[in-house]
Amino acid sequence: MPYIPHTTDQVRRMLDVVGVDSMEALFENIPASMRPKSFDLPEGLSEDAVLNKLSAIADMNETGKASFLGAGFYDHFQPRAVRALVSRSEFYTAYTPYQAEASQGTLQAIFEFQTAICRLFEMDCANASAYDGGTAIFEACMMAIRKTKRSKIIIDEALSPIYRRMLDTMTSSLDIEAVIVPHANGTSDKAALAAAIDKDTAAVVVQNPNFFGVVEDFSDLAAVARENKALTIMSVYPVLASVLKTPGSMGADIVVGEGQSLGLPLSFGGPYLGLMTCTKALVRQLPGRIAGRTEDKQGRTGYVLTLQAREQHIRRAKATSNICSNQALCALMAHVQMCMLGPVGLRRQAVLSMELARYAQARLTAVHGVEMLNDAPYGNEFAITLPLPADKVVAALAQQGVAAGFPLGRYYKGLENALLVATTDKNTAEQIDRLAAGLKEAL
Amino acid sequence: MKTVFEKSVPGRTGCLPRRPVETADRMLPEALLRPEAPGLPELSELDVVRHFTELSGRNFGVDSNFYPLGSCTMKYNPKFTEEVAAMAGFAGLHPILAQLEGTREWVQGSLKVMHETEALLCEITGMSAYTLHPMAGAHGELTGALLIAAYHKKQGNKKTKVICPDSAHGTNPASAALAGYKVVNVESKDGVISPEALAEVLDDEVAALMMTCPNTLGLFEPHLEEIVKLLREKDALLYYDGANLNAILGKLRVGDVGFDVVHLNLHKTFGTPHGGGGPGSGPVGVSERLVDLLPISRVVKEDDGYHLRYDYPDSIGYIAPLYGNFGVVLKAYAYMLRLGREGLERVSEYAVLNANYLRKRLEGVLEIPFDRICMHEFVASAASQAKNGVHALDIAKALLDKGHHAPTVYFPLIVKECIMVEPTETESMETLDAFADDLIEILTRAESDPDSVTAAPVLLPVERLDETKAARGMVLTEDLAGKA
Repeated sequence: MPYIPHTTDQVRRMLDVVGVDSMEALFENIPASMRPKSFDLPEGLSEDAVLNKLSAIADMNETGKASFLGAGFYDHFQPRAVRALVSRSEFYTAYTPYQAEASQGTLQAIFEFQTAICRLFEMDCANASAYDGGTAIFEACMMAIRKTKRSKIIIDEALSPIYRRMLDTMTSSLDIEAVIVPHANGTSDKAALAAAIDKDTAAVVVQNPNFFGVVEDFSDLAAVARENKALTIMSVYPVLASVLKTPGSMGADIVVGEGQSLGLPLSFGGPYLGLMTCTKALVRQLPGRIAGRTEDKQGRTGYVLTLQAREQHIRRAKATSNICSNQALCALMAHVQMCMLGPVGLRRQAVLSMELARYAQARLTAVHGVEMLNDAPYGNEFAITLPLPADKVVAALAQQGVAAGFPLGRYYKGLENALLVATTDKNTAEQIDRLAAGLKEAL
Repeated sequence: MKTVFEKSVPGRTGCLPRRPVETADRMLPEALLRPEAPGLPELSELDVVRHFTELSGRNFGVDSNFYPLGSCTMKYNPKFTEEVAAMAGFAGLHPILAQLEGTREWVQGSLKVMHETEALLCEITGMSAYTLHPMAGAHGELTGALLIAAYHKKQGNKKTKVICPDSAHGTNPASAALAGYKVVNVESKDGVISPEALAEVLDDEVAALMMTCPNTLGLFEPHLEEIVKLLREKDALLYYDGANLNAILGKLRVGDVGFDVVHLNLHKTFGTPHGGGGPGSGPVGVSERLVDLLPISRVVKEDDGYHLRYDYPDSIGYIAPLYGNFGVVLKAYAYMLRLGREGLERVSEYAVLNANYLRKRLEGVLEIPFDRICMHEFVASAASQAKNGVHALDIAKALLDKGHHAPTVYFPLIVKECIMVEPTETESMETLDAFADDLIEILTRAESDPDSVTAAPVLLPVERLDETKAARGMVLTEDLAGKA
């Protein structure tokens, strides 16, 4: 009986104490008419058998290929010590830190994580994380709507289309007006965004670098938003935040991001890590768990979950959000990653990723018929145009063992021939050469 | 203990990636760059390893401590599932490969895991189809509430309200509100939903009832059949909060008895670790009439393998960027394969046995408001101790000194000085006895020397922490310290 410690003798003694004569008697409250119509599951397997089966299934996946897929999810180097530390079961077998004195490890780690993310973004306050970068954008919009008591959200079309779709679904039953401002050939149309802001606007939502990889300065836009008493929400890529002009210095009010790139495995889409930060003025609107510093009776420093009067377990239907759990272990992993790399290592990771992107740009645009979508500054991801539909080219390159990138036509009408190519510090020049050679052959 | 920032030594470096040839200012205009590196800690690898090893020692976890936290199902998390999630074939896979012609073939293993997990969850709960996308239980609730809204909209029904019993998890009303519903409370009678009380608040505007069964008092809802009938008459849907599924595996399938929407907490019932607050995973199952509304994408099996499909015109759309917390789903899948039919049924039997045994052992020392056969958890009350100045919270803190994590306290809100105990099936009789003995000792001391109980904990890294000071001072980062 896997993981059940009871001996036959103990079961009999326990049933005696309870005052019933069989295990089945414990379930007499469930009437016969309600018993399962079927429970047709496979027989249990030994640990070895399950491992063998799953190892065979894992082998059906192909992970050894050269990949230039990004689109918001990036595979960066992770020092092995990160996994070793996060694998300490005192961290991973704990629950939400409801009993602070027995959870100082988790709570101090969250407090430190909040500090690290705030320093990375130059913001005042952070929460203990949200589910993912998309949920963080939705929650940020809800913060803005509550704070401003307005219901219009201006959204840059160069914001990840994946997140825009999440936002559509999650706001479908709410009284919110979303205005999409079209991108300008892969760049954010800042003039049109600014022009769209009016007295009914709760927030303007932008991304840096945007979905096309383009790096922008949104300072002027944030100033226009502020003049109109609207908030600026910015979604950023945390690795590149170590080198780019910070969202805090641009005047953003709420800064969010997908934290996966801070050393989390791609893991086929999750678990990931929603980063959420804001200015001090907005902290009471910030959803989810927040760790705060305090003292015990002897004046020793300690940490607790704080500002809980915002939360669902106290406020129920009136809570700032329904969010209960966060991604604590993922946040811990990102935090350990940041500590292990330090400011120098994180910036090296960012710059190396950008450097490889420039090498890729040079090699790819040397192929006849391949051009840059625009000449805007970019980070580690850029869009090229091809003489053929990009999805056909991706399929052809897959035959050669290369994931060439993300075909932008999947989400942007008119960009069927455009391909988004990403590099990280894990790519090599040799892989980029293979991509270029493959592309030449495919065209 | 110092923070990692206090331990930082300027100029020290940890584990560095290889050095780039270029510098950022040669690739981007200076106006787009930050002038200074972020103030992250500067430490050696050993500094970092020691820091986090020390932090881990200041935590309770299931591997070190009994964790009878009510409604949280803190059972043992099998170790082999960690090995599965770390397999390179799973951990290294970029999710978007599944969406592209040509690379879809590279992810067949992961799609197979998702497809088969959905099939297992359907059989376990009697639902018609599942989405694995919700990333936590409360996210599953929101997804469920959006599905309910989409169903009524499609039917042309005008529905504005969702009923939540007063014993519901706080996330239920919060999720319903987030989906745009007005939340209506229904009061419990004798710890359960009474059909009469329900009928009083049930009208044509009610979209759904959100229900937990067994409920948060650990009681099976005896009027379930009648409740289903009442709701059907108003074309209202029945939502099942799966937080307590651990009690009924193989004993009741919620689909069979008429629930339309179900969320499960994989990290609870299927033993995936909760990591100090997450990640979790909250798949949502639906009855036949809601299948077409499920979020996209969905995994389908065709002759040439597994595919993601997006062409469902009635779908509510995207509730996650990709396919949910795949790594957590994978661990739950491995857990289900390991236990199988008999093993899963045993989970509930032993969880219920343990809860009832502990309930009996505590009878007479703590007030048990609903002293009858319970399911996998039960509620006790420290109301009589509170009269002498020892509250549920004090008892909880005193248990920490004994090396046990505390039960859930002050939930559900409907029981005074509530202490909610969920031992789970993986705990031995010896552990339950030790917990009962320690609790009895604390309660005895609460009579003879109450100050020693209200002073607890004294054996942990910190004594009782000042929560009011934390909320007032709002020191939420190292940099706000002293500025408050």
